[in-house]
Amino acid sequence: MSARSMPGLTYRLAVAGRVMLAAVGGYGVAALSAALLALILPMARSEAVSTGTLASFAIMAGAVVWVFAARNLARAALVLGGIAALLAGGLWLAGAFSAAVAS
Amino acid sequence: MSRPGKSVRQSMAWLHTWSGLVVGWVLFAIFVTGTASYYRAEISHWMRPELSEPTADPATAATRAAIYLKRQMPDALAWSVKLPTAEHPSTEIYWWNHPAGPYHHALLDPATGEASQARDTRGGDFLYRFHFELSLPPIWGRWIVGTCAMILLISLITGIITHRRIFADFFTFRRDKSAQRGWLDAHNVVGVLALPFHLMIVYTGLIELGPMLMPWGVKVAYRHDILAYYAESGIMAATRKPAGQPGSLMPLGDIVTRAMAAHGEAPEVVMVTMPGDAAASVTAFFEEPPGLAHLHPQIVYAGDTGAELSRTGEVGAATRTGAVMVGLHEAHFAAAPLRALFFLCGIMGAATIASGLVLWTVARAPKGANPAGFGLRLVRVLNLGTIAGLPTGLAAYFLANRLLPVDLAERAGWEVRAFFTAWILAALVASLYPKAKAWPFALGIAALAFLAIPVADTLTVGQARFLGFDAAMLVVAILLAVGARLAAKRPERSRVARPTLSRAVEA
Repeated sequence: MSARSMPGLTYRLAVAGRVMLAAVGGYGVAALSAALLALILPMARSEAVSTGTLASFAIMAGAVVWVFAARNLARAALVLGGIAALLAGGLWLAGAFSAAVAS
Repeated sequence: MSRPGKSVRQSMAWLHTWSGLVVGWVLFAIFVTGTASYYRAEISHWMRPELSEPTADPATAATRAAIYLKRQMPDALAWSVKLPTAEHPSTEIYWWNHPAGPYHHALLDPATGEASQARDTRGGDFLYRFHFELSLPPIWGRWIVGTCAMILLISLITGIITHRRIFADFFTFRRDKSAQRGWLDAHNVVGVLALPFHLMIVYTGLIELGPMLMPWGVKVAYRHDILAYYAESGIMAATRKPAGQPGSLMPLGDIVTRAMAAHGEAPEVVMVTMPGDAAASVTAFFEEPPGLAHLHPQIVYAGDTGAELSRTGEVGAATRTGAVMVGLHEAHFAAAPLRALFFLCGIMGAATIASGLVLWTVARAPKGANPAGFGLRLVRVLNLGTIAGLPTGLAAYFLANRLLPVDLAERAGWEVRAFFTAWILAALVASLYPKAKAWPFALGIAALAFLAIPVADTLTVGQARFLGFDAAMLVVAILLAVGARLAAKRPERSRVARPTLSRAVEA
């Protein structure tokens, strides 16, 4: 039982890092996905918003499980950061950051 | 977990153990109060024994409620009037002048339009709101509950990954092999048996809090205007923009009569938006049509003329899916047998959490004469205080309803104080007992407290229509007493737990 023998500082920092990444990164990816789906899904605006919100919690759960399943913290951070950057880029292309969103 | 040589399954087992532990106590309270909320109306009936049948028709009750509300807050942002029915015999009103609250609340006697003479209590609503607000300021409570729900969802997913042999494990119960094996098998049985319910209830719970937890779709697509989203998706009918000058309302009952003619049944709730404004709107909310979706048909009337302004129309597939999820969570559609099944599943959810929490301590019991570390002792005390203390608090809430003087000032507040005081006292006293006696003692106290409820009810109120509720309390008392007896008989077997077995609950 590894956790019962006193774990070292490196191990504890790695665990804390994964918890932080899972919470902030997982929520971030889910929030970006919900926003992007709301803008780009080819359906009525209200339906796209509903779909994005419904899916976002599954996306967050998947992201968190990935963070803890990844071989190490750096790899988890890199993959999650890459996905977040792609989603943010998509949002920018969809016009979410411009002053007047087409509505 | 991040050490070399660990498999994905071991990482998932680690995540399952620790995610379950950190929120287990809050989740246990959420499950118990949420499960009790399936019988929220029955609890409210029992706690207001003075009320029986409604004594006025909906239209008259609405007009009287509007007169009362105009005295309280003529310039409110909104008034809400829940009309009396056989299930809810009094008129329940809310009024507020800011979306963030405070929300003022009163029960009215439909016959007089004055404050109800029933004893002051929050009834089943206290347990219902505790389920998702934990008696904290609403925003804080909901974020904490939402966070716990997300962690539970992750715990369920990782639990499924961990138990590869989920079906073989399901038919295994090794009560006599070792304490740890017995607890692990119990955790698996209650967890897997009701797994579809657990997954459904946690995901639909997240969807209920969705607009608050995940507002980003609305923010980018509707520029933060959530009311526009509700109106466009068909969840709510749009009301008028205020005119900015004072106006007068027509009698609210006349609008209720129009709504009854238009929809064929009386509305459940009428809400008056900007009652003091010349462009006040009155929204009639009707009961959900048969089916799973939690969508109330609505018609909006002009407050001054009673002309129809708008009504809800068709709802798209995605929004309807979300509404079905909310409907599943609240189980309003469920008739008595299905509601009982949901109740049992909720109990199994609480049992899964409780057995998981106990399993954590059993798997870490020190071998031989080693003293228990601080972490282990802390978890033991929290387990005891939550799993055995919360039932005592619940019993105290019901007992206070019967035993406090009926005209006590701030009576509803004292009932809630009785709940928390009894819970904290039970937890503190049990934690002072030696470990072997603490569980039987704490569960025994809870059993006695529940046993006292039917006795107190018979002595103070004694109405035949509460026999069912009292019988249910007796059953809870018996179950708690059986639990106390099992805890007293259980020999200390954790020493036999072999290291090879404890790897199954890897942590």
